[in-house]
Amino acid sequence: MIIYGVTLLSVCTLTGITAGKILGTLIGVPANVGGVGIAMILLILAGSYLSKRGLIDMKTEQGVEFWSAIYIPVVVAMAAKQNVMGALTGGPMAITAGIAAVACGFALVPMLARIGADKAEENEKNASPATSS
Amino acid sequence: MYESLLHTTDKYNLVAGFAVIGVTMWFSYWISGRFTKGRIHGSAIAILLGLTMAYFGGAFTGGEKGVVDIPLLSGIGLLGGSMLRDFAIVATGFGVNIDELKRAGITGVIALVMGIFSSFFAGVAVAMAFGYTDAVSLTTIGAGTVTYIVGPVTGAALGASSEVMALSIAAGLVKSILVMIATPFVAPMIGLNSPRTAVIFGGLMGTSSGVAAGLAATDPKLVPYGCLTAAFYTALGCLLGPSILFIMMRAIAG
Repeated sequence: MIIYGVTLLSVCTLTGITAGKILGTLIGVPANVGGVGIAMILLILAGSYLSKRGLIDMKTEQGVEFWSAIYIPVVVAMAAKQNVMGALTGGPMAITAGIAAVACGFALVPMLARIGADKAEENEKNASPATSS
Repeated sequence: MYESLLHTTDKYNLVAGFAVIGVTMWFSYWISGRFTKGRIHGSAIAILLGLTMAYFGGAFTGGEKGVVDIPLLSGIGLLGGSMLRDFAIVATGFGVNIDELKRAGITGVIALVMGIFSSFFAGVAVAMAFGYTDAVSLTTIGAGTVTYIVGPVTGAALGASSEVMALSIAAGLVKSILVMIATPFVAPMIGLNSPRTAVIFGGLMGTSSGVAAGLAATDPKLVPYGCLTAAFYTALGCLLGPSILFIMMRAIAG
């Protein structure tokens, strides 16, 4: 049933967000520490565990997939409720600081990707002779 | 007539939100196909349109919540609020490949730390260029550039002035909105096209809304990978801002 999928998603989300909150309180940070990330990992693990045992049928999957598909409209709604006016009236300093941070972030993506890529390639190189022999 | 329309959209606000956003999506994909031959992704146009509407919403009502301050469109606040946003983001994790995640693991952590430091010092450098010299203001503005939540959290902990706090929030907002708009255009230049680079991107940028929207407009398949690392960014920033980063700034600025 579709509701099983929605329930699985709800339980994972609530557990993850709560865990993030508790983690935040424990280390004394007034923010959710990776709640969404923890929830996502829970869903990935629960999903693969249940489907290996054949406990997830098509209908159950649809309950999760609907929400995954509704994600872009949700993001559009989220964009429509941003304080764009506030960002633009923050003055040239705020705008320059934002642009500088984004530029740094973009510039670092290929750099970091290279660090990881060497390792990933090495692993593949090490792994490939073993598989071919 | 307006009265009864208002009454309906107020009572059925989420349904009204679905209707308005649905029409916006349809219109955006139509523009994408008709005028850009699909080169600019429909969702990128929809997000841009959403931001434009938010600007006018703020300009006309003087509120802080974009179109949500317009009574007819209050349902968009619920649809785009943190509850449904997190629910939908978690749902995207259902299609994630565990091996891809493992491969990106450590690089993702490095990206998180580098992302916070690079954003922070970019913000500090700009604040210095604009004439700020005291460690508290510099740290607060730098922290705001990390995300608009880290800014006020750090500022409150350090006792920054409300003017500086407002500036730090504005810097974070600019970053988040810029990531939403620029990502689909910059993605091909920086090789943002795989789960591994999406994990790195999420860690470097960190703004959950920016990363979520930016990746959605680039390639929806990458969304869960980026959001997974971005989920830890704000918390790590709140942890580092009033502590290590402030101590570093005090050593530099005195």
